Amino acid sequence: MDLKDKLVSSFLAFEGKVDIEHPVHDIRSEAIKNFENKGFPSKKSEAWKYTSLRGLQNIDFSIFPKEENALEYKEVKKFFLHEIDTYKIVFIDGIYSSFLSETTHDGVDICLMSAALTKPMYKPVIDVYFNKIASKDESLTTLNTAFSREGAYIYIPKNKMPKKPIEILHFSTGNETSLMLQPRNLIIAEENAELQVIERHQSLTSNEVLTNSVTEIFAAKNAIVDYYKVQNDSKAASLIDNTYINQKDKSVVKVHTFSFGGKLTRNNLNFFQNGEHIDSTMKGVTILSDKQHVDHHTLVHHIQPNCESHQDYKGIYGENSTGVFNGKIIVDKLAQKTNAFQQNNNILISDKATINSKPQLEIFADDVKCSHGCTIGQLDEEALFYLQSRGIPKKEARALLMYAFANNVLASVRIPELKSRINKLIALKLGVRLGFDL
Amino acid sequence: MLKINNLHAGVEGNEILKGINLEVNAGEVHAIMGPNGSGKSTLASVIAGKEEFEVTEGNVEFDGENLEDSAPENRAHKGIFMSFQYPVEIPGVSVTNFMKTAINESRKARGLEDMPASQMLKLIREKAELLDIDRKFLSRSLNEGFSGGEKKRNEIFQMAMLEPKLAILDETDSGLDIDALRIVANGVNKLKSKDNAVIIITHYQRLLDYIVPDFVHVLHEGKIVKSGTKELAHELEAKGYDWIKNGAVV
Repeated sequence: MDLKDKLVSSFLAFEGKVDIEHPVHDIRSEAIKNFENKGFPSKKSEAWKYTSLRGLQNIDFSIFPKEENALEYKEVKKFFLHEIDTYKIVFIDGIYSSFLSETTHDGVDICLMSAALTKPMYKPVIDVYFNKIASKDESLTTLNTAFSREGAYIYIPKNKMPKKPIEILHFSTGNETSLMLQPRNLIIAEENAELQVIERHQSLTSNEVLTNSVTEIFAAKNAIVDYYKVQNDSKAASLIDNTYINQKDKSVVKVHTFSFGGKLTRNNLNFFQNGEHIDSTMKGVTILSDKQHVDHHTLVHHIQPNCESHQDYKGIYGENSTGVFNGKIIVDKLAQKTNAFQQNNNILISDKATINSKPQLEIFADDVKCSHGCTIGQLDEEALFYLQSRGIPKKEARALLMYAFANNVLASVRIPELKSRINKLIALKLGVRLGFDL
Repeated sequence: MLKINNLHAGVEGNEILKGINLEVNAGEVHAIMGPNGSGKSTLASVIAGKEEFEVTEGNVEFDGENLEDSAPENRAHKGIFMSFQYPVEIPGVSVTNFMKTAINESRKARGLEDMPASQMLKLIREKAELLDIDRKFLSRSLNEGFSGGEKKRNEIFQMAMLEPKLAILDETDSGLDIDALRIVANGVNKLKSKDNAVIIITHYQRLLDYIVPDFVHVLHEGKIVKSGTKELAHELEAKGYDWIKNGAVV
C-alpha cells in the first residue's frame, strides 16, 4: 500500500480518536476529501518541479505512534536554547511531553492545540482563526488539516508580550522504524502584541521521519512576530513545512529559516498582506552537504497599498546537495506604492552541487518598486588570496568568506543567544573554529 | 633576506617575468619602477605566492629557504607581506575581526596561543593611531565602501599590525592624495628598522620623495634592465620610460 492509500484509510481510525461532533471535524472531513482527490504533488506540477516526494511515498511510515515515549532532559538539552529562559512546547513522537514543556496561561496562552481544539473556552478563537489562512486546496496542507489534532497553540492578547521567547520542539525517538508526524500550530498576535518563536524538529536516531507541518500565524494591527526555524535534523529526517501568515495594518513579521540538515526539506512560506503599511521579511541561510535537498518556496501576496516585503536567502551548497529557491511576489492592482525586494545568492563549493533559483513576479499595480536578484557563483579567488596573504590558511579563509556571505542574514536575529548558536552551527557545518562571532 | 634567482614566471603559458635577479637585505629599501605591463605587479604576486602564476624557471629564496610550493599563508607566517594595489572588499567581516583572525592564525603557525583580547585591543589602538585611523573605521566591513585612500591606509595598518620582515608595497601611492600619501609614507618610515626590508613598486617617483630608497631597479619586459641608487628615480622621472624602452640603456 502506498503512503497516500495508507493515510486515507487511516482517517477512519483517526476519527475514533477525536471528537467528530466538534465543528472542526467538518473541516477535517473536507480536507481528507481534497487530499484523496489530489494525492501527493508530483514533479509534473510546476511548484514541485525540482523536489520529488516519490522516494518518501514508498516508505511504510507509521501514522500513529504506538506508545508514549519519554526522554530525559539531559539527553536533549543541547537542542533547547538553554542559555536563556524560554517557554517550551515539546512533543515526543508527536505526543505532548508535559515533563519537558513549560507552558503558561498567565495573561497569554502558550499551550496545546489539542486543548484549543477540544475545550469550549477556546472555541470562539478557533471559530475565527483555525484553517482560515491555510490553503484549502494545496494537497499537503489539506492532508495536515485532515489529521490536525496536536501542535502549539499560542494566543497573545492585545498589548501583551510573553516574558520570554517560545520554543516549539518536536523530537522523534526512533522507536518506530519510520514515523510520519503532522503537527498543526496556530499562533495569534492581537493588536500591539509581540512574540518570538523558535521552531525545531529533531530526530534522535537515523530512522526515517517525515514531518508535514502546518503553521498559521495571524498578526493583527501593529503586532510584531519574530519566527525562527532551525532546521538541522538528522540525515533520515524530512520536513515539509507549510507556513501561512496573515498580516493586518502596520504589523511586522520576520521569518528566519536556517537550513543546515535533514534529508529533504521543503519550506512553503506564504505571506498575505491584508492591510496597509505592513512589513514582511523572509531571510534564510542554507548550508548543505552530502545528498541533502532543501527547497524554499516563498509567496508574498501584496493585497493592499503602501506595504513592504524583503526577502534575502543565502545558500552554500557542497558535495551532492541540491537547493531550490522559488520566490513568488504578487502585487494586486490595488496594492500601489508597494516595495518588494527579493535577493537570492548562492555559492556552489562542489562541482556536483546544484541550485535552481527562480523569481516569479506578478505585478498588476503600476506605481510599485519591485526588485529581484539572483547570483550563483564560486568563492572569489582574489579574496581568498587576499586573506591567505595575511596569514589565514586556505581552509579558514574559505570558511571566513562563507561566514561573511551568510552574515547579513544573521544581523536581523534579535535573540543574541540564538544568533550565537546559529554562528556555532555554521562553523560546525563548515568544519572550522573561528575566534569570533559575526 | 630575499634572494630572487633567474626567476621566470607567467600565467597560462604567457611568460611575464623573464629572468629576474634581485637581492634584498635587512635594513634596505628597494624601489622597483617600470612602465605599465613591465611585470611589476606580477613580481609582487609571485613573491607573495599567488597560485595563478606559474614559476617556470629559477626561484625565490627567503631567509635561505626556497619558497617553491609554499602557500601564501605560509609565506605570510615567515614574514612576507604584500600591500595590494587593489585591496579586496569583504563585506561581513570587520577590520578588527579580520586582523584578530590574521594575527592569531600567524601565532598558531608559530605555536603560540591566541593573543589576549586586551593586548590585541591595545595593539590595534596603537597602530590605528600611527596611521591616523578613526576607531569607527575599524568596525566597518573590510574595504567595503572605503575610498581609494582609506583602502591603502588600511593596507599599511595591516602591515603595522603584522610586523612583517619584508613588506612589498604594490602601487601603494596610486589613488592617494598628497595628505594620504604623507600619512602612509610616514607610517612606513616609522615601521622601518634594521631588521626589516621594504620593496616599493611604483610607476611614479612621487612616493620615493617620502620613502627614500637605497636602491632603484627598472623593470622592463620582465627583466631588470637597470639598477642604481635614488638618483635613478629622478632620472626616470625627467626622461620618461621611453628612455628605457628605446634601448638607450643595456
